Amino acid sequence: MFEALAFYVFASVLVASALMVITARNPVHSVLFLILSFFNAAGLFVLLGAEFIAMILVIVYVGAVAVLFLFVVMMLDISFADLRKGAMQYVPVGLIAGGILLLELISIFAAWQFSPEASKNAAAPTPEGVENTVALGRLIYTDYVFAFQAAGMVLLVAMIGAIVLTHRQRPDVRRQKVSAQNARRPEDVLEIQKISSNSGV
Amino acid sequence: MNNFNPVEFSAVFPELFMAVAAMVLLVAGAVRGNGLTAFISWSVLATFAITAMFLLGIDWDSRTVMGDMFRMNPFTGFIKLLILAGLGATTALSVRYLYEEAMARFEYPILILLAGLGMMIMVSANNLLTLYVGLELQSLSLYVLAAFRRDNARSSEAGLKYFVLGALASGMLLFGVSLVYGFAGTIDYSAIGGSLATFDGMPVGFMVGMVFVLVGIAFKISAVPFHMWTPDVYEGAPTSVTAFFALVPKIAAIAVLMQLLYGPFGGLSAHWQQIIWFLAVASMIWSALAGLVQNNIKRLMAYSSIGNMGYALVGLITGTPQGASAVVVYMTIYMIMTAGVFAIIMCMRRGERAVESIDDLAGLSRTSPLLAYAMAILLFSMSGIPPLAGFFGKLLVFQAAIGQGFYTLAVIGVICSVVAAYYYLRIIKVMFFDEAAEPFDRQMAFAKRAVIALSVIFVLFFILKPNMLVDTARHTASALFSG
Repeated sequence: MFEALAFYVFASVLVASALMVITARNPVHSVLFLILSFFNAAGLFVLLGAEFIAMILVIVYVGAVAVLFLFVVMMLDISFADLRKGAMQYVPVGLIAGGILLLELISIFAAWQFSPEASKNAAAPTPEGVENTVALGRLIYTDYVFAFQAAGMVLLVAMIGAIVLTHRQRPDVRRQKVSAQNARRPEDVLEIQKISSNSGV
Repeated sequence: MNNFNPVEFSAVFPELFMAVAAMVLLVAGAVRGNGLTAFISWSVLATFAITAMFLLGIDWDSRTVMGDMFRMNPFTGFIKLLILAGLGATTALSVRYLYEEAMARFEYPILILLAGLGMMIMVSANNLLTLYVGLELQSLSLYVLAAFRRDNARSSEAGLKYFVLGALASGMLLFGVSLVYGFAGTIDYSAIGGSLATFDGMPVGFMVGMVFVLVGIAFKISAVPFHMWTPDVYEGAPTSVTAFFALVPKIAAIAVLMQLLYGPFGGLSAHWQQIIWFLAVASMIWSALAGLVQNNIKRLMAYSSIGNMGYALVGLITGTPQGASAVVVYMTIYMIMTAGVFAIIMCMRRGERAVESIDDLAGLSRTSPLLAYAMAILLFSMSGIPPLAGFFGKLLVFQAAIGQGFYTLAVIGVICSVVAAYYYLRIIKVMFFDEAAEPFDRQMAFAKRAVIALSVIFVLFFILKPNMLVDTARHTASALFSG
């Protein structure tokens, strides 16, 4: 009873806040609604018994990604209203395409059939007496270690890509060179000249 | 994989070596800066050579390792060798180009290396998760490479366009994978095939999932109607990157498609044959027609590659070992011809600037006859004129299609290949019969000469020993069907 109630609360708030993300006029409000939807999605994961994923969702998405979004939205002076002006003309086409796809998917899911082997193939639920996090860790670092490492390479490429496409050497910036400052001696930069009196410089 | 097994480990050793080499070279570049670009480029080339040696050294018996996520068999082994050869050729071609175009940054060769790693992983996938990770690794590297000349508006546009459409295609692929998982309860190739075999009736959800997966891969091989990005990206990206795009990722994607269609989706061959039939016909017709009106040689090569993927799909549709080996032969010949053509395109420089219009080739037979004859031979081969290598690729593919009763497909293919011959022959006409334009810059890097020479020699003399490649291809393709 309580679970069902919690599910409907989380799910309805999630959908409503997701809708607000794309309809809110103020981009800061959009990001705040995004954070709300992340929290509710995390709630749904807790209901499913996947508390590790729920925590990760809160820590990574709310703690890092959404805050970063908020920074960007606040710091960049982008007029989202101007950006959206042109987009409205594509809404009917998008709605038609999305609507057809939705109808098709509904008809598929209505007639969904499982392979007789599906329940045997499907991964076992959380093993008895082991915490969710431990079970996940055991899988990732044993059976799926190859995909895990390869995913690490994907992140490396993302990092290289971000640096390649955005990092610039700025010639107009004068950097402090500590070693050069320390190595500087009086003889190199000072010249003592004798100036005879009464003749000017 | 409960305990460490060195024999099992050996199968992934080439990939492991590439990953470690990429990280070591990345650190070297980060410490020493862009002055090291040439050194890192040659090191990457050496890495490909060493990886190929490791690959030849390990045992190619059919087996799955790493908890059944990674597959080694003669087919993946051969395709990986092809990929390494293509990667090596593009790396060698690009070193001088990077300096000529003032974009010599050490990340370039490292991104090629990482893209190559992604292709090797996706070809070896025995699990939809491995496939997806490998595909993303290569795609992400390719997006960055397309936008590598970031101060150039067209290069940035190419990168952005490729990224947005590629991300959409990846999303479709993932959605398809989720539907397949929903039906079968597994993402392991052989288990998917098994769960399909025990099901009687129409697995509707599975079929929709399969269609989404095919759409994602059709985007990667730029089959019509998922080709819209190809001409713009090929034109906008730096020429060395375009050569890379045309040569290597296509081979990896076609290999993945073959493994999926003959493996887990094999039980639905009557259904996927319709999809592949449409993709093949649309690609061949559209490339033949749209190629006629192109003036930029890089755009022309984009349409040419779309058409070539169409011909490869003609062999793929048969679902027989004969058709599969024809596709392997076709892709090998395609890669070697395209490498030569792109090496020549990269020689098109006038006054220290790259030119890429077809009219710039005017009268090449008088200003640099050797280059003109090499280009003519390669283009004759691409249009499928006997006795050059390109003819045999097409012959084998159409033979396989006719052998399985795909007469309409074969006839459409032959007609399109005749129409497409027009735009290859037009370039030859411009080179030999038009008023000579200003000559191209004289100096040519050794790597370009080597690639052109090897490619022309292969195309000319393939007829003397065709069985060497054809028999190897037959042997490797049979691994696809032995389970």
